[in-house]
Amino acid sequence: MHESFLAHRGLRYLWVSAILLSLSILAYLWHDPIPRPNGGTWLGYTLGTIAALLILWLMAFGLRKRLYRSTAGTLRGWLSAHVYLGLAVPVLSLLHSGFQVGWNLHTLLLALVFAVVLSGLFGVWAYLRYPPLITRNRDSATRSAMLEEIAELDRKALELADRIDPKIHALVLRSQQKTRLGGSVWHQLTAGDRSEGVLKALNLLSERQRQQRAQAPTGSTMSGGATILAMVDYLAAAPDRTGEALRELIDLIARKRSLVARIARDVQFQAILEIWLYLHVPLSFALLAALLWHVLSVFFYW
Amino acid sequence: MADRVDIAIVGSGPAGLSAAARAAECKTPHVLLEASPHLAQTIHRYQKGKHVMEEPASLPLRASLPFRAGSREQVLAAWEEGIRRLGVNLRLGAEVTAIERDEKGFRLLIGGREAIMARSVVLAIGLQGNIRKLGVPGQDLPCVQYQLDDPEEFQGETIVVVGAGDAAIENALALAFRNQVIIVNRRDEFSRAKEGNLKAILKAIEEGRIECYYRSQPERVEQLAVGRRRARVVLATPDGEAQILCDRVIARLGALPPRAFVERCGVKFPSADPAAVPVISPRYESNVPGLYIIGALAGYPLIKQAMNQGYEVVETILGRQVEPADAPLLQRKLERLPGFAGVDGAIEWIRKRTPVLSPLSPLQLRELLLEADIQFPTAGKPVFRRNDYTDSFYVILAGQTEVETADGRRFRLRQGEFFGEMSLISGRRRNATVMAGEGCILLEIPRRTMLRIMQSVEEVKQAIDRAFLKRAIQSRLAPEATPEQVEELARESSLHRFRAGEILFAEGEIGDCLHLVRSGSLMVSRNIAGREVVLSYVAAGNYVGEMALLGETRRTATVRAAIATETIRVDGKSFKRVVERNPVLRLRLQAEMRQRTAQNVAMQVDPRGGDLISFLLAQGAGEATDILLIDESLCIRCDNCEKACAETHGGTSRLDREAGPTFAEVHVPTSCRHCEHPHCMKDCPPDAIHRAPNGEVYIADNCIGCGNCVENCPYGVIHLAGPVARKPGLLAWLLFGLGPGPGEAPKRSDPSGEKKAVKCDMCRDLPGGPACVRSCPTGAAIRITPEEFASYARARR
Repeated sequence: MHESFLAHRGLRYLWVSAILLSLSILAYLWHDPIPRPNGGTWLGYTLGTIAALLILWLMAFGLRKRLYRSTAGTLRGWLSAHVYLGLAVPVLSLLHSGFQVGWNLHTLLLALVFAVVLSGLFGVWAYLRYPPLITRNRDSATRSAMLEEIAELDRKALELADRIDPKIHALVLRSQQKTRLGGSVWHQLTAGDRSEGVLKALNLLSERQRQQRAQAPTGSTMSGGATILAMVDYLAAAPDRTGEALRELIDLIARKRSLVARIARDVQFQAILEIWLYLHVPLSFALLAALLWHVLSVFFYW
Repeated sequence: MADRVDIAIVGSGPAGLSAAARAAECKTPHVLLEASPHLAQTIHRYQKGKHVMEEPASLPLRASLPFRAGSREQVLAAWEEGIRRLGVNLRLGAEVTAIERDEKGFRLLIGGREAIMARSVVLAIGLQGNIRKLGVPGQDLPCVQYQLDDPEEFQGETIVVVGAGDAAIENALALAFRNQVIIVNRRDEFSRAKEGNLKAILKAIEEGRIECYYRSQPERVEQLAVGRRRARVVLATPDGEAQILCDRVIARLGALPPRAFVERCGVKFPSADPAAVPVISPRYESNVPGLYIIGALAGYPLIKQAMNQGYEVVETILGRQVEPADAPLLQRKLERLPGFAGVDGAIEWIRKRTPVLSPLSPLQLRELLLEADIQFPTAGKPVFRRNDYTDSFYVILAGQTEVETADGRRFRLRQGEFFGEMSLISGRRRNATVMAGEGCILLEIPRRTMLRIMQSVEEVKQAIDRAFLKRAIQSRLAPEATPEQVEELARESSLHRFRAGEILFAEGEIGDCLHLVRSGSLMVSRNIAGREVVLSYVAAGNYVGEMALLGETRRTATVRAAIATETIRVDGKSFKRVVERNPVLRLRLQAEMRQRTAQNVAMQVDPRGGDLISFLLAQGAGEATDILLIDESLCIRCDNCEKACAETHGGTSRLDREAGPTFAEVHVPTSCRHCEHPHCMKDCPPDAIHRAPNGEVYIADNCIGCGNCVENCPYGVIHLAGPVARKPGLLAWLLFGLGPGPGEAPKRSDPSGEKKAVKCDMCRDLPGGPACVRSCPTGAAIRITPEEFASYARARR
């Protein structure tokens, strides 16, 4: 049956991590070096070595993920271990340093450890939160099916608009040309809707038309929105058939709007599920570089 | 005065061409008659540049024409050059409409008028059949065509497409981009079309891109000399006669299966089964003396086999002894048999020893032996194990085997007996382990060969069905019963067939029988407060309906076939008699019944589990043996499953994660379900699709890329794919940025190169199991078997 990576094998790696941490904390508390706990004591070296080896192993996850033929455990098991043991690293690092910080490159390394772990935690949160949202938002349609439907709606809308009035046609066409999905990272993440307010305009148009039919055709008295009002005047005089087509057109565009919003949300969710990796992975490499430098410099100044 | 020849060859496919070439080479008066306007219609219709393969590789080619693997154009050009060089008397566009025989020989009618006299006739018309024509005046005008090679060829024309099948719809849709298209449908809907085509054509009609005449058919086509359009089609419509001016008529009305024609020639078929092949002698002679049948029509679908037969049949007609080209292959297979003295002797030896195969003709047995395998297993070694998924059929040629059933009983099978029919018929796992005895010689017959034999030789089918009945009752229903009691039950039992969705029995009916599922699967449901609640799924090898016989007399639930299903109906009275006399059996059945009742109650309490099962069954899981499911609440849409699949299988993913339906967060992606009776195996010319012991259905390397399996798979999980360029290694990518990297799309090496069918093989070559599941980082992807559906559904509530 399905088992989440967090629940893998009865929380096996949570236990491994907890035991490792408890032992380290106990040792730290028991050990009372002079002048104070630091990276230079035997416990400091031991904890530092464990943390460094853990970091190397955690980074090997990226390799394992790409070794598709590997029989060394399942990727789910690896991810489970990656998460739980990764959480142990900042604690081990703090114990290793004896909680000493300063304005130096060693502390930069510590900061990088925290940054990597925090970005990873965001990833775990995203992995838990977004998959069900994607399913609900998709509503059993694939993204390409939704895009196809939009193309279809666009075509129908143009056809309808063409039957109503060339100006409406131009309006709909302009709005279609301005519909954009995806784009820059920012646009993906914010699910911004940049389609023009054609729907608003059309609704206004339809409403006016209705009102004007009810009243005597006295012409527009309102200022502003000259194009639309011109059309309203025109439509007020047009036969009923146009009003119906207009309402149909509004339905089509409303349906399209909701689809566009759904796709934008889909893109957004997908982007959030991936964006943190663009922080997590480069930071990890920075961490690795800082770690190498940290180890080298410590041995150099020994 | 009619033409007179020694040999008339009908059909210019590989078999007919080869026969004609040999006849020409021997300077025998002959004629090669081809109904279509070109040679080898079937191969001619392959798409441009298609790679034609040369299978089976072990069979030598013996023909007067060359044949080597290559593109369609190369193959056809070599044949055309060959028949020109040899001076074959070829007549294209000559459709043979009747073959009559009198004391002087045969009289072949061409186009219903002209006659050709021949001493012998070689029928090599294949299985594609002749294209069905319009059947109205003007059907042969130049503006009427029955095939469309390239829709791009035409533009700005008015084209009438006649037909309502997939071919007609696809043509109409493709032509509608640049032409005005009118489609003529004899019925009032497009019922024969595939789902995708149906939607597309209805949409096109609704939007006015294509005009459709329903319940209409052409009455005549006329060529016009004046006016802008070249032709006029007169249609009979519900509103009276309609006339359409057009440039072209394309009729896609399918083909007439050749069987009716072959039967009119006097040739007998052994059964009404559409897959049956006519009975022919070892020298390819049918029951009509002087009428020979070769090639696909005789059951040999591969080009090389057909060409060899063309050569051999002419040698036979000319009175020369010819050893079939496959004789050395058979010799190698049979020479280890005790007392081997020639192939024919060995075939006879096998026939005498195996009652189940004795009704076969020598040619059928020969053909069977070519595909079968003779084994000399060491004593004590298992032939197959219980729960293996293999599906071949075994006959004991010598010695004996020992069978160990699930409950630990052991019994012996002796020389001449057979085993393996259970998995062959049900498509399920082996239900017993079979061990070889001392000096045991076995004949292993592949599934396809055995099914074909069962379809064409009724006695073999009956013998196997009888044995299946008894063994199924013994092993699945009543292992405690004595042989006499099993015999009694078997006497009162019968085979029944149900269509998908058909009801075996309904809730509230009086129960008078129980059903043991022979193949297919069942769905058990109850009507609760006006709503159908699915309680369970019953796979092949299990039984239903015993509750009404043991306790209550009325059915407590409705049982219907989830897919096309065959059951053994065991009569209620004789079953009750046997149960009463056998207390051990009674106790076990009651215990099982209690367990089932408890499970049913659990499902009734919360119908969501049942909804999930019925969703899965609606996705075709009822015929699956292993299905990939994705929990969408865990799936992070990273597509690592697809990447892993592509990386472990030559760069082409065999699964499409995103496609497919979702219900209650359970997603059924487009991926192989390893069906019990795989649709893909149905029509594979080189028999390249097999089932391995652990269940996966895989395609072997001798695939010829014909695409039949792609067409036949209802789940769309098979593709044709060419080889891809090798990727740089992981380190080269990581350190030097050489791409494409792991998981990235590879470079296609040669788009026109040879393509083979690819599908999920459950990573049979990887020790760790399916890569898709193993590389899912979050645990969303799993593979389960239908037996686990109930517990899966309960777990997900």
